Amino acid sequence: MNSLLEAFSSAWHLIAGFDAELAQIVGLSLQVSLTAVVIATLIGLPLGAVIAVERFAGRQALIVLLNALMGLPPVVVGLLVYLLLSRAGPLGSLGILFTPQAMIIAQAVLITPIIAALSRQTIEDAWREYEEQLQSLGAKRLSAAMTLIWDTRFSLLTIVLAGFGRAAAEVGAVMIVGGNIDGVTRVMTTAIALETSKGDLPLALGLGIVLISLVILLNTLAAVTREIAMRRYG
Amino acid sequence: MLPLILDSLSFAAGDTAIIRDFSARIEAGPRSIILGPNGAGKSVLMRLCHGLLLPTSGRIIWHGTRNGERRRQAMVFQRPVMLRRSALGNVVYGLKLAGVSSRECVLRAMDVLEVVGLASHAGRPARVLSGGEQQRLALARAWALGPDVLFLDEPTANLDPSATQDIERIINAIHAAGTKIIMSTHNLGQARRLGDEILFLSKGRLMEHTPVDRFFREPASSEAAAFIKGEMPWD
Repeated sequence: MNSLLEAFSSAWHLIAGFDAELAQIVGLSLQVSLTAVVIATLIGLPLGAVIAVERFAGRQALIVLLNALMGLPPVVVGLLVYLLLSRAGPLGSLGILFTPQAMIIAQAVLITPIIAALSRQTIEDAWREYEEQLQSLGAKRLSAAMTLIWDTRFSLLTIVLAGFGRAAAEVGAVMIVGGNIDGVTRVMTTAIALETSKGDLPLALGLGIVLISLVILLNTLAAVTREIAMRRYG
Repeated sequence: MLPLILDSLSFAAGDTAIIRDFSARIEAGPRSIILGPNGAGKSVLMRLCHGLLLPTSGRIIWHGTRNGERRRQAMVFQRPVMLRRSALGNVVYGLKLAGVSSRECVLRAMDVLEVVGLASHAGRPARVLSGGEQQRLALARAWALGPDVLFLDEPTANLDPSATQDIERIINAIHAAGTKIIMSTHNLGQARRLGDEILFLSKGRLMEHTPVDRFFREPASSEAAAFIKGEMPWD
């Protein structure tokens, strides 16, 4: 019990004192996960919107597949990206294995299906409400999709944040493709795993506290934005 | 683009026939009221005419056009669908889709908002407007497009008497400005107030197509007579 309290107190000192190592790890985590979420959003949102409004053969199968991919195990994604980027792999010539870029790719692969599947659902619900009106005004499918993205923007924000949460919290994929190299590819989750196994509980705990606080902060922001927007725009 | 000719139109959803062998010729000018009880097929008929649904069989022929040219017709629905943007933004949205330039869009949108009495609400989010205001905005959005034909699907079904009056005044103004009005309702009082001619529907069939005064004076079908009689006490 005492050692746990001690760990907490040391963790707090690390955070309050802006410990350089801790700050560096947090910084890299944010950089990797935010970039991944931007890429995943740029791909996933339009993809979800198009699937929501278009009717084509195999659509239902694609939706099932996307929904299934939401549960992709991070280690499997890590393994696949590893195989792609390893020296003998098809993208081996890029030479980016064990770099932050590789981690960004892995996390983007992991969360693109999440953003696509959830936004498909949101946009399709809106499409049901808007379809006749937009058709009546002469909107083509593609411009209707853009309209729906804009009109559901506050719900979509929550989805994007869910994607970020997933990226920032996963450990399997970044561990495999990043390698957890000190000062280069060490992020919060991989550091926590390593420090815990080494017995350096204060750093692990400190990172854990930062990670959880970050996720809570972001989701609070999303909830507040959504609340204000809903009251304002109906 | 008028007259609008409906040639043995039928529409079925699965096994259920909703519009049956419907033929009519709708001329430019008079305000046409599609009248009938709930479930008679009024909404489906309007959607077929507007091109939102495709007929199971039969033809819809707009004079001198191909495939209806939706640009020159507009529709106002029973429940207005407002986009999450300002009242002005909603009208501008329709105009932009119709290919009107941005500058012209705002001018025209402000003009119609003025006419429907929403100019002071132009900047307010459309979805927080009251039901009556939303329906007036929907009318403005449709009218801004300068359609030859305006379809109205029970536009006042969800509104209180005062809001209904506003809507009816605007519909008359649109008619006076030269747009053909085709409106569905199950409200006899409204049919009388707004209509010049009645197309009476029962179970998906056209029972009568007559001037409004003759329809109420001497309905030709027993269905219409029963409908008028049954509805009168609540008129």
